Amino acid sequence: MDTQWPIFEVFHQASRGEPHVHVGAVHAPDGETAIMLAKEQYGRRQACVNMWVVPSGAIVATAYEDADLFEHGTDKSYREAFGYETTKRAKAVGDAGEI
Amino acid sequence: MVQVTEKWTNDRPGDAGYEDRLAAFEARVAEGDKVEPGDWMPRDYRDQLIRLIHVHANSEICGALPEGTWIPHAPSLKRKLALVAKVQDEVGHGQLLYRAAETLGKPREEMIDELISGKAKYSNVFHYPAETWADVCVIAWLIDAAAIVNQAMMAEGSYGPYARALKRICYEEAFHLTHGYDMCISMATGTPVQRAMLQDAVNRWWKPIMMFHGPSDKESKHTAQLMRWRIKLKTNDEQRQEFLRKYLPKMFNLGLKVPAEWNLRFDEKSKTWLYNEPDWEEFKTVVRGSGPVSAKRLETRRLAHEQGRWVREALSAAAAGKKVPLPPTANVG
Repeated sequence: MDTQWPIFEVFHQASRGEPHVHVGAVHAPDGETAIMLAKEQYGRRQACVNMWVVPSGAIVATAYEDADLFEHGTDKSYREAFGYETTKRAKAVGDAGEI
Repeated sequence: MVQVTEKWTNDRPGDAGYEDRLAAFEARVAEGDKVEPGDWMPRDYRDQLIRLIHVHANSEICGALPEGTWIPHAPSLKRKLALVAKVQDEVGHGQLLYRAAETLGKPREEMIDELISGKAKYSNVFHYPAETWADVCVIAWLIDAAAIVNQAMMAEGSYGPYARALKRICYEEAFHLTHGYDMCISMATGTPVQRAMLQDAVNRWWKPIMMFHGPSDKESKHTAQLMRWRIKLKTNDEQRQEFLRKYLPKMFNLGLKVPAEWNLRFDEKSKTWLYNEPDWEEFKTVVRGSGPVSAKRLETRRLAHEQGRWVREALSAAAAGKKVPLPPTANVG
């Protein structure tokens, strides 16, 4: 076991305007080498215009068992477009012919 | 990130709360939910996955060895370029898979060392020699085809990091398969000598191919558990049948025959191919490292690892801010 290098997470952007997407990870002694290896591993087939590598240890993540953190405590449909019935209501106005 | 080990508690039968956690885990998996590295999982699920992914990664690395040997002897520049690209893909797949296994807690370097020391297994097919260019064609077509049947199935499995790695791998394997088919079509439509070479390669490779998906369901001790946990979605025999159904007609179309001793025949009633069962004891002996070229494969792998050591050491030294000594001529002027 001569080199158990640190892990870098790899993010890949397929074209300008698209988000960077996590595609995997590489082992490397530093960021520069990580980019070189990530280019070989994740950038040699599909289109890529930009790549990030991030030390895995720098990522702060929630735990899967805490997924309820993201659930809404109360009905929050008032802040969604689907929370409003404008088409139905507007039609009712037209049908009534009052305006 | 190698996950912290404190989470890996109460994960064996008999541990406090194990049965409840197992029931919740199995219910989630049965619904098609994916398991991620930080999740609680039964120790046996973790161990089985490490074993499978490790063998899979080793097989990608060892699969590059017989093909790599043939790069200098490729019959044309186009074939050579494609073979180089395929070999690079296979080694890359090995790295993706070591990383997936590592998320379950086994360090990559340990897995690499266990392959070289002969402790860890790799696919039966790479324990056999690639004697002629036709062997390279048969490996690239039929063995990759058999591997894709397996990998496309595993890509739908329950462990997130393995499934993600396999989706990427299957994308690249599509080129390998088509290129392998193209090579076999060239040989099958070539001179009588080329056709004979191809049939000879099929004759020698048919046994390892029939063994590729592993022991028959009657003998496979892990299958039921692996299917319940959606690590595997098809049994070994189901995968073998899928391969035969898809590829035998293509082989026959190219005028290729399966050696008569297999007594291969299609049963209309059950819609399955029947054949003389392979010798599974021989299979087990081969994968334990007693195949025709097992020792040679590991020696090649060990040598490659040793010859790459200075590169790894130089990169580590450079990252640590040390000066990397240059060859004497580079310092002149």
